[in-house]
This record gives sequence, C-alpha cells and structure tokens, in this order.
Amino acid sequence: MEHTKTELQDWEDQKKENIKHLKLWVGLWCLSMMLAAFGPKYMWDYNMLLTVPAILLNLGIGFKMLVWNKRYLLGLDEFQRKIQLEAMAWSLGVGLVVGLNYELLEDVKLISFQPEIPHLVILMALTVFIGIIAGNRRYQ
Amino acid sequence: MKNRIKVLRAEKDWTQAELAKAIQVSRQTVNAIETGKYDPSISVAFKLARIFEVNIEAIFQDSE
Repeated sequence: MEHTKTELQDWEDQKKENIKHLKLWVGLWCLSMMLAAFGPKYMWDYNMLLTVPAILLNLGIGFKMLVWNKRYLLGLDEFQRKIQLEAMAWSLGVGLVVGLNYELLEDVKLISFQPEIPHLVILMALTVFIGIIAGNRRYQ
Repeated sequence: MKNRIKVLRAEKDWTQAELAKAIQVSRQTVNAIETGKYDPSISVAFKLARIFEVNIEAIFQDSE
C-alpha cells in the first residue's frame, strides 16, 4: 500500500482532533447560552453592562462552533458527508415545513400557547439525529 | 454500478479496514462501495485503482 504510515495517521488524527474540538465548542456554546439566558435574571439583575457581553460571548462562541462543525464535516470522507448532507436536508425541510405550520396553528387559534423557537430547535436536532442513524442503517 | 473490490481485496488478503485506511476513507464507506450501495467519486475510484494496481475499468463496470 503506497500511503505512508504518517500520512494515514495524520488523516485519522485530524478526524479525532476535529471531533474533540467540536465537542469542546458545543459544550462551551451551551454554557455560554445558559449564561446569556439565565445570567441576567438570576445573577446580575438585568445589568446591561453584563448582559451585552454575555450575549456577544455566546455569539462569538457560536461562530467558533460553526467553524469547527464545518471543519469536522470537511474532515469526513465523501460517503459520511453524504449521510450528513441527507440528514441536514431532512432537518432543514422539516424545520421549515413544520416550523411554519406550528406558527400557523397559533395564528388560526388551534393551539392556545405561543410557539417557541426552542421547540423548533429540538425538532431539527432530533431530525438530524434520526437522519444520521437512518442513513447509517440504510447503507450498512 | 458493479464492482470487483471484494474480489480484488481478497486477492491481496486485505480486510475492509486495511483498505479503508489505505484510501483514507472509513471502513463503512468501503463496505458501502463493495456492496454497491454507494458509488464513489472519481477521486476514490482512482485511489482504488492505484492501490490495486489496475485500471478503473477493471474495478468498476457499468451495470447497464
């Protein structure tokens, strides 16, 4: 086999490195989201001087997470990327169709509560998750 | 698209994991290509041809 051991190791190592960084940034993003969401109410009584930086920090970490997500996707092989793409396509489609429909339900008074963005985020995350599992099973 | 990867791999006595490492894809990808569930890109096809030391046509055949 003509690839050198180092070259192969580099590819494997890079994949592991990308996953490690992505996990780290997802974790930090969740923590910064909690800080931005609950800090103003429970920690500093809506002090703008602290709220604005907390929100900017959340945005900054969010963008860094997106960068590592992109690196992670580019580090996958073409077949794994295909599975991810199909799962993301489902997620985007379901998010758009169900999201608008969900909002409509409230407009036409079929539900009494206010539709919340987190519901949509959870739905999209679950759709991606199921899509990846389904994709992996389909091509097994 | 049909392919002879399983036969060529057996001739070399390589596992799917070894072949996957050699062409820098996952073992799952090799399995999907072997079973005809996924047609690889031209880049992976060339890597396979190089690793098996044959032409691409000796690995892949159009099923039509």
